[in-house]
Amino acid sequence: MTAIHAVRRTVFTENNMDLREFLKNNILISDGGMGSLLQKSGLPLGVLPERWNLEKPEVIREIHKAYFDAGSNMVSTNTFGANPLKFSDDELKDIIFAAVKIAQDAKKESISDKEKFVALDIGPLGHMLKPYGDLDFEDAVNAFKKIVSLGQEAGADAVIIETMNDAYETKAAVVAAKEACKLPLIVSNAYSEDGKLLSGTTPRAMVALLEGLGVDALGCNCSLGPEKLKNVVEELLEYSSIPVIFQPNAGLPKIIGNVTFYDVDEDEYVACMADEIRKGVRIAGGCCGTTPSYIKKLSDAVSGLKPVPVKKKEITIVSSYIDAVVFDKEPVLIGERINPTGKKKFKQALIDKDIPYILNEGIRQTEKGVHILDVNVGLPDIDEKEMLVNVVKELQAVTSLPLQLDTADPDAMEAAMRIYNGKPLINSVNGKEEVMDSIFPLVKKYGGAVIALTLDENGIPETSEGRFRIAEKILSKAAEYGIDRKDIIFDTLTMTVATNPEAGNITVSALKKIRDELNCHTSLGVSNISFGMPNRDEINAEFYLNALNSGLSAAIMNPYSYQMMKTYYSFRALKGFNGGEEEYKNFLDTNEETVNNVAVEERTDFASGLQKAIIKGLKEEASSITSKMLDTTDGMEIVEKEIIPSLNIVGQDYEEKRAYLPQLLMSAEAASACFEVIKYRSQNGRNRDRGSVILATVKGDIHDIGKNIVKLLLENYGFNVIDLGKDVDPEIILETAKKENVKLVGLSALMTTTVVSMEKTIKLLKEEYGKCKVVVGGAVLTKSYAEKIGADHYSKDAMETVRYAESLNLK
Amino acid sequence: MKLVKIDFTDIDRGEVLRYACSKETDEINKLLDECIEEMEGNLNSDVVYEDFYMEEKDSEINFSFTKTHSESLAKSFSGCGVGVVFAATIGLGIDRLIEKYNKVSPSKALMFQALGTERIENLCDNFQKYISSQYAGIGLIPVGRFSPGYGDLDLNLQKVILPYLEAEKRIGITLNDSLLMTPSKSVTAFIGLKDIFRTFEVEEQCGHDCHSCSSEDCLYRK
Repeated sequence: MTAIHAVRRTVFTENNMDLREFLKNNILISDGGMGSLLQKSGLPLGVLPERWNLEKPEVIREIHKAYFDAGSNMVSTNTFGANPLKFSDDELKDIIFAAVKIAQDAKKESISDKEKFVALDIGPLGHMLKPYGDLDFEDAVNAFKKIVSLGQEAGADAVIIETMNDAYETKAAVVAAKEACKLPLIVSNAYSEDGKLLSGTTPRAMVALLEGLGVDALGCNCSLGPEKLKNVVEELLEYSSIPVIFQPNAGLPKIIGNVTFYDVDEDEYVACMADEIRKGVRIAGGCCGTTPSYIKKLSDAVSGLKPVPVKKKEITIVSSYIDAVVFDKEPVLIGERINPTGKKKFKQALIDKDIPYILNEGIRQTEKGVHILDVNVGLPDIDEKEMLVNVVKELQAVTSLPLQLDTADPDAMEAAMRIYNGKPLINSVNGKEEVMDSIFPLVKKYGGAVIALTLDENGIPETSEGRFRIAEKILSKAAEYGIDRKDIIFDTLTMTVATNPEAGNITVSALKKIRDELNCHTSLGVSNISFGMPNRDEINAEFYLNALNSGLSAAIMNPYSYQMMKTYYSFRALKGFNGGEEEYKNFLDTNEETVNNVAVEERTDFASGLQKAIIKGLKEEASSITSKMLDTTDGMEIVEKEIIPSLNIVGQDYEEKRAYLPQLLMSAEAASACFEVIKYRSQNGRNRDRGSVILATVKGDIHDIGKNIVKLLLENYGFNVIDLGKDVDPEIILETAKKENVKLVGLSALMTTTVVSMEKTIKLLKEEYGKCKVVVGGAVLTKSYAEKIGADHYSKDAMETVRYAESLNLK
Repeated sequence: MKLVKIDFTDIDRGEVLRYACSKETDEINKLLDECIEEMEGNLNSDVVYEDFYMEEKDSEINFSFTKTHSESLAKSFSGCGVGVVFAATIGLGIDRLIEKYNKVSPSKALMFQALGTERIENLCDNFQKYISSQYAGIGLIPVGRFSPGYGDLDLNLQKVILPYLEAEKRIGITLNDSLLMTPSKSVTAFIGLKDIFRTFEVEEQCGHDCHSCSSEDCLYRK
């Protein structure tokens, strides 16, 4: 009781100034390394340093005090690895409470008369997030929330999230910190020698992400010495409108005997740090290898320096987990193809939850050279929130382009913004109060640049002046929510010239006025201009060029349109943008190539041509031939007389070792492409159902190539595959089997450590359900092992699983 | 803790095809070419490592940083008093490519899987050569590479090796509860070093010692 009381008193009596307030007019000196000093004090290998908060508090306190005495304004608590994945709830609480108390005690005891703060230190959780690791985004958020809440309760003055080398985990930590407390928040990432995070993220993409999330300072620490991180820090300074923190290592570690040395000495370190402070760094300290004496010299060296004011950068930027797209003079292309409007196939794909179809649209547009992908998956009869979140997650794994989240449903928007790995483009707000009140708070919380349509409760103004006035209204409302004008991109709305010949002119003059007088970027959905007109591509391209010449920043457009892309590339070449001429030529060259391809296809003999295309694994050829055949032939007939026999030939070749696994797969992919065409063109193609099979990679296992191969082949042979993905709980498999009344479950496991979950799953299925067979496969399994864990069948490869499924009556 | 970037040598297409359960055909060569082109610029080649001393008695092995029991390691490293423990990764880029094609083209996913395996093996082989050149001057020679999970060497050692080398912080390797590493193309291993002046029968070995391993049906067995 007294201990807690003491901590509480500390909280309320010692907090003199808010750290944010201090940063406004001061350079903040933070502390140096902790781990290396603990090792020097005898911390044995294998002992978690955080436990010393409880076992040897005096050692930790002395280190903190030494830093304060040396001139640090801020120390970070000894809680780098203190998280719920490593410690039980009770121990975690004890460790964090002790850590904060120790640091606050050191603050009181220090002889320094400087302003002093205690920051709750948070490091990575040690698990990679999905889809590459096993940790769910929300589980990570909850883990971080626990740490932050405890730290706040214990009386920390600020929170520092540091040494993060993955952008997505950084986002999880920041979202947690913002939701769990109101303390000042500093975020620092560990960049590698190539100037990026280990997750591949560039510094400017991190600035976009972190500023968007509303942190109070951002920067980098650890990994390298100050000289080698210079470029990273300077890129951060170039883009950041908030204070930048810099805490490098004392160079690289060298171990001689049992002692670790670092190769950058105090003078070299201080000289380099002072340089960066003169360039604008506002929080300076050290990481591994730096000691109180480094910090003392640094503090002395900068004591007379005036802080460089933190300037607002007027940069409009969105980001993915890899890099950022900056809206500037060069036109930005936003691919519009992930959208069901007016697309029969796409609608069907959404209803069927055909994610690969949607992903392919993403990949194809990426290959066409767009910079951002619009994602709209709204359809009356589907759960848009669930679908949008799912598609965004999946797209993040197949493209490194930033996404434009496009939905009218604020719930779906929030869910997608939350799990998006970067700073998204938001499509859209408009001048209606209700819409602004629902979207702007989300932008404030998660970050984003917003497309703002110049319409309001009274509709779309007929004049450019009217649209301009709505733009002004939107800007002032955004300002009320604390959203900067750089994050608003105006769309002055393209209407068809078929009904109003002035439509194009109004749109373009409104965008010019907004650009010149409000200094904002603009975007247009170009293709509306030609609605109801013949030869639409030509008109769209003309209008696009016109808008570009009037200063249009971005266009939502169809990248498969030759005319549009030609306009884009020729505009860039004419304006002399970097590489413009080269890219223009390149575009013309590659486009000729596709024209030639079509000619070859036309010469192919249809009936045997399809078989050849499937056996050779030529996806595009196979689907185009199928499509032509459908004009005259029934879909089911093509399946039975062409596709299945072709698959049988390849399957048999594979079993007899005349064909190899990649060939089998390429053929299967070609056949899938044919099925796809048939499915969308004729209802007949759907009647091949030979029964359902559940497939899953078991709990704890995150490798699923083998499972996906089996899935592809089973689907080819007419089975309905319910793919539960990887790392799947036994209970979920059981529930699905019961619900769908499934008679065959296929399980895959890669490691000896995960075969245990396979056994558990089989046991559960047999005891609680009993109506299905279980077939297993995977690298470490053998026939006898499969029998031992209770499986009905062991398949050595995917073909064997198909044969086994065929041998059962699954309907 | 020492951190090095190791240069890759040329891709061994035969090895890649072996890992992909395949042989050369025109179509497969084309697929492989496409994958190699797309892989370019997406690989890291990071290794973090540290020296160790070891003592062994009745297969109880006492490394300077941890202890374990393993007959196969004891046999393989017999006569070694020192060695190097390392963690290597080609990074998350290859996992991204695999994930990208997993749903839309399993044949490409398979090919990237195989390419990744070949590249991480290449990285480990070249790292071993690097160690060989570093230690030749003091009369030590590598006698093979041994990873947790080989033979009877406990896979749980991952939980000791990765934190010991600060592999997460330095090169981004994390471990899940089933002891799977992310990025998936990562390796931890011991390299035994033998005193060349005291033993005459030693021949330098590179890569895996498949003959000393008990997994006879291993895909990677040579």
